[in-house]
Amino acid sequence: MKRLTSVIATGLALGLSFGAQAGTLEDVQKRGSVSCGVSTGLAGFSQKDENGTWSGLDVDVCRSVAAAVLGDASKVQYKPLTAKERFTALQSGEIDILSRNTTWTHTRDTSLGLNFAGVNYYDGQGFMVSKDLGVSSALDLDGAAVCIQAGTTTELNLADYFRANGITYNAITFDTSDQTRAGFESGRCDVLTSDQSQLYALRIGLKDPSSAMVLPEVISKEPLGPVVRQGDDQWFNIVKWSVYAMVEAEFMGINSANADQAKSQGNPGQQRLMGVDTDSGEKMGISNDWAYNIVKQVGNYGESFERNVGQGSPLKISRGLNAQWNKGGIMYSSPVR
Amino acid sequence: MSEKPQVKSSPSFFNNPRNRSIIYQLLLLFGLGYFFYSIISNTLANMEARGIQSGYDFLFNTAGFDILMSLIPYDATNTYGRTFIVGLLNTVLVSIIGIILSTMVGFIMGVAHFSHNLLIRKLATAYVETFRNIPLLLQIFFWYFAVLAALPSARQSMSLGEVIFLNVRGLYFPGLTPEGGASVVYAAIAAAIIGIFVLKRWAKKRQDDTGQQFPVLWVSLGMLFGLPLLALIVMGFPFAWDIPYLKGFNFRGGITVIPELMALALALTVYTGAFIAEAVRAGIQAVPHGQTEAARSIGLKEGKIMKLIIVPQAMRVIVPLLNSEYQSLVKNSTLATAIGYPDLFTVFVGTTLNQTGQAIEIVFMTMAVYFVVNMTISFLMNRLNSSVALTER
Repeated sequence: MKRLTSVIATGLALGLSFGAQAGTLEDVQKRGSVSCGVSTGLAGFSQKDENGTWSGLDVDVCRSVAAAVLGDASKVQYKPLTAKERFTALQSGEIDILSRNTTWTHTRDTSLGLNFAGVNYYDGQGFMVSKDLGVSSALDLDGAAVCIQAGTTTELNLADYFRANGITYNAITFDTSDQTRAGFESGRCDVLTSDQSQLYALRIGLKDPSSAMVLPEVISKEPLGPVVRQGDDQWFNIVKWSVYAMVEAEFMGINSANADQAKSQGNPGQQRLMGVDTDSGEKMGISNDWAYNIVKQVGNYGESFERNVGQGSPLKISRGLNAQWNKGGIMYSSPVR
Repeated sequence: MSEKPQVKSSPSFFNNPRNRSIIYQLLLLFGLGYFFYSIISNTLANMEARGIQSGYDFLFNTAGFDILMSLIPYDATNTYGRTFIVGLLNTVLVSIIGIILSTMVGFIMGVAHFSHNLLIRKLATAYVETFRNIPLLLQIFFWYFAVLAALPSARQSMSLGEVIFLNVRGLYFPGLTPEGGASVVYAAIAAAIIGIFVLKRWAKKRQDDTGQQFPVLWVSLGMLFGLPLLALIVMGFPFAWDIPYLKGFNFRGGITVIPELMALALALTVYTGAFIAEAVRAGIQAVPHGQTEAARSIGLKEGKIMKLIIVPQAMRVIVPLLNSEYQSLVKNSTLATAIGYPDLFTVFVGTTLNQTGQAIEIVFMTMAVYFVVNMTISFLMNRLNSSVALTER
């Protein structure tokens, strides 16, 4: 129902707004909060605790933008969206940012009127199977029933992979990742496929996590990142550099604990990032201590990673590709200067 | 001053009520036309300004995803246009199954309401009251996640004579692969159906002429089964059995009924059946009791009273109600999306919309489909309605 509402909203918004390209920044400042589209609940990326507080790696993108623009990371309104609803919600202006483990692909970037503002997690698609299936490789899955979430790149990769390897399968498509997990647990399917990070998150949600295992194959590249509407370059820049600032802060060794120190007595590069003697914020229409606010309130990328999906979380995902470029990963920020 | 009698001169052009009403209607039409024109042109202009693609070209692009169940050959190399057809056929399939089964359930339960047996009567009431008052989505979840998901795994399937299997992945039963000579059997079935129609007309004419009755039902059934059976024997059974067998994780071969279809069809049947039962009850109660008494007084048997006196009169009330129940059933089938049955809504408004991002086009096409399907149902039911309507002589 929500999907229909948002589709209709798109129709109305597109039909009646007479082409005015509203400045998202002004809207956000006037409203006093950032409206951020997140998942309906995915451990480590965007999840709500019993007090109604959202947390996760994707949530931290929303929070860092709120910190940069409004100076307060808590001024975010979260809109939980399914995979199928997400782009319409952004196109219609219902949300300002979509930060919902969304893969950056050519089609999405070029034909939906959207822009990807960077990557906050490098992922890849994998398979989770029940241990008693006795399978050690995805190539043994001929004839298997595969549970999958509708409206994802995963659906396309899956078809490509099985066809390329000449093996057959049945795709059982559900709306939310919770439903795919329920399908997997009830035995409706042999295999659950999704981005690897999600597989670990879903595995924790199983009644008996040790009964399932993740297969070694990674069959696709899934760079996940925040998305904004096309045609508002100022807002696009703000979101892009909010993501970069967290990565850059980690690279420079600034974290939430030492941000004040870095601001007052750090080296020139650190001080510049923290907003000393620079007009980096003004160029984007926000205050110059934007990056300081991000690091102070949300933390750097490494802190966010460890807190949400790494060693400080039940997921215990290692940094891998998501380590800094000088530590064996591919996380690399363009310089803030 | 002499009062001249008011000559009925024609009023001025704008005061003429006829002209006036035409002008107002034209203005309204123009206004409406402009309203829709500006909405559509604004939408297109805005979509272009925002870099959102529009148009129907996407229908010819390769879809690249697979669909669980398809009545026509489909794989990931086919186009988005074909996903539309696949989804449409799946919607039509579950709607037809739902309409047939819910009508049967509804008529049985509706008539059971008048049973002389207390147990049957109470059972019918309990059925209607229970299933009419529980939300349909909840019932779909009940059948899918509570009933069907509790079935055993593929390797521990329940089986009937090692040819029919039931497990959490669905119901598997043997299929028939036609071989040479199968066309004779098809011809026999066609001949039987035509024969039944001829027989019916002949029997009616004979009854009109002579008053003698002919056991049409039994002879018809005999023809319907006997003729194809005869053809089968003569041609030496020109079909090969395709019996499902367990290989690897799943059963292969035969015909599979996926649990999503079973759950959705069951839920739609049971839910709509309750409403149809009420419609049938209302229809029967609308026939005055005097009709039954009159029929008894001329010596008709109870079965004949139902068939010849009550039902034809009750149908006048039932058919219009059935029409809206059938339309609701078709629309309710979109709840398939909750359990992943690949109907039009799940496949086309779900996956295809998300992969292409062409929200407006896809939603418009889908709305048009449900509109056309329901108009068709309405048309057919209106035909049926006029055939059961009171004929005044």
